[in-house]
Amino acid sequence: MSKSIDQVFVNAKQWLLSWLAGSPDWVIQVASILINVFMLLAVFLTLFALISVLERKILARMQNRYGPNRVGPFGLFQPIADGIKMLIKEDIVPARADKIVHFLAPVLIAAVAILTLAVIPYGRNMTPFTIDGGILFFFAVGSATELAVFMAGWASNNKFSMLGAMRAIAQMFSYELPLIITVLPVVMVVGSLMPDRIVSAQAGYTFGLVPRWFVFTPWGGVAFILFFVSGLVESNRTPFDVPEGESEIVAGHMTEYSGFKYATFFMAEYIGMFAVSGLSATLFLGGWHAPVRVLEIVPSYVWFFLKLSGLLFVYIWIRGTLPRTRIDQMMNFAWKFMLPMAFTCVIAAAVWHYAGRGLRGWLWSLFVIVMVYSALSILLDTRRKFGPRVYRFAE
Amino acid sequence: MSNAAFVIIAIFTLAAALAAATLRKLMHAALSFAVALVGLAALFFLLGAEFVGLALVFIYIGAVAVLIVFTILLTRRDVGKDRGFNWAGVLIALAVFCGLTWSILKTQSLSIVAPHIRALTVKRIGEALMTGYVWPLQCVGLLLTAALIGALILVMEEKR
Repeated sequence: MSKSIDQVFVNAKQWLLSWLAGSPDWVIQVASILINVFMLLAVFLTLFALISVLERKILARMQNRYGPNRVGPFGLFQPIADGIKMLIKEDIVPARADKIVHFLAPVLIAAVAILTLAVIPYGRNMTPFTIDGGILFFFAVGSATELAVFMAGWASNNKFSMLGAMRAIAQMFSYELPLIITVLPVVMVVGSLMPDRIVSAQAGYTFGLVPRWFVFTPWGGVAFILFFVSGLVESNRTPFDVPEGESEIVAGHMTEYSGFKYATFFMAEYIGMFAVSGLSATLFLGGWHAPVRVLEIVPSYVWFFLKLSGLLFVYIWIRGTLPRTRIDQMMNFAWKFMLPMAFTCVIAAAVWHYAGRGLRGWLWSLFVIVMVYSALSILLDTRRKFGPRVYRFAE
Repeated sequence: MSNAAFVIIAIFTLAAALAAATLRKLMHAALSFAVALVGLAALFFLLGAEFVGLALVFIYIGAVAVLIVFTILLTRRDVGKDRGFNWAGVLIALAVFCGLTWSILKTQSLSIVAPHIRALTVKRIGEALMTGYVWPLQCVGLLLTAALIGALILVMEEKR
């Protein structure tokens, strides 16, 4: 019974495809792809609508306000009202803008964000696009975001847009390194770039109690935190929303966008956030595996989406808690702390592997991480060097 | 199916490459170049070499294309200006084209049926890199690290 509920979506797709039985091979292939694409869009655009209103509600709760509560029960229909508003707003294109590139930038950024969703395993046998190098696909496609942001900033022909795009690209490049390097230990330990293999490597329980998720090993825990912070930066969320710092550069690369194009940027940002959270759940939190053996009767996709929403809540929570960082501090943090710690995770994972993947390996890899962490904190300690602030400008 | 896909991707790639060569605005040309590279990556996917295709997208779209657009942005004042017609470029392009055509026509392997090759998985590439090609890999790594340090020294501020 629980198995058939677990596989209900897979079976539904098979049933839909069985209508096409007898037609040529490529028709079935295309139909299968279309079903996957349609499901992905349906699920994640609904989730986007939901999270946009939930975020406002949660932020309001943290700031002792009510939040949106006028449209529908508890304000739940707010996204529909927002969507209609965005659709009927005037689309303003600056007179001196590069019209084609200005139009293509939001299209590219949304397409890239949605493509990255394709390789994440959402449940047992529920990966929309199975490919040998799935993790690489995620980052390869995701790296086109930088080009899209540049296109938006350059085509707007506006100093704020250009500055915002430069900031965005600088921070994305800097944090892409720790983001990718923290994935390396997982890939090394599993021995595969396939998300499905990574999830199945985290099956089972130590002592029948603690799930074998990578987040419970020292290297995995640190890598998870580093990955999460880099993910915050990649999706331009507070405290790292410097590219669109309202108080400094209006809205960064989105300054000259209005109406539905602006909404597309907004959507791409949220979908990027879902993709990064989904990937961190896959890599470190055991993907669709249940945390306790008894709860394995609950369908796998429920567990995945529970983990995803947990991570999304933390995103919103951080947004409600932390102020924006300064860009130079952020860069220093990336290159002087995140990157060495990410490399330490790789070494700690190797130590864990060669010390037998047991308790001994656990302690040894913890030792390596603690040593590097304390060395870094002594080296990077700047408390003694307080003095008059030096202002530097771009020459 | 795969023949039709090949024709579509080839037309797409060639059109983008042509646009990259002929467009007036340098920035548009650079962006079309990126599109042409996406087409090339799609061709690799079609041939079953997914890793090569992904690496192409990763390196060329994610890094090289961004580098090119930034170079244009930071060095050119006359981005919108007409560049005129470059006869030397035409000559070189023709020479390269003739050379390639000549060598393609001279090969005899065009008529031979391709032997069955094993699927090019990431695992196989990794094993090859870590066994037979470990020295070239290390040398490339050293070179890239040296380039990185060199770039840092170039932009380092002089102590006053």
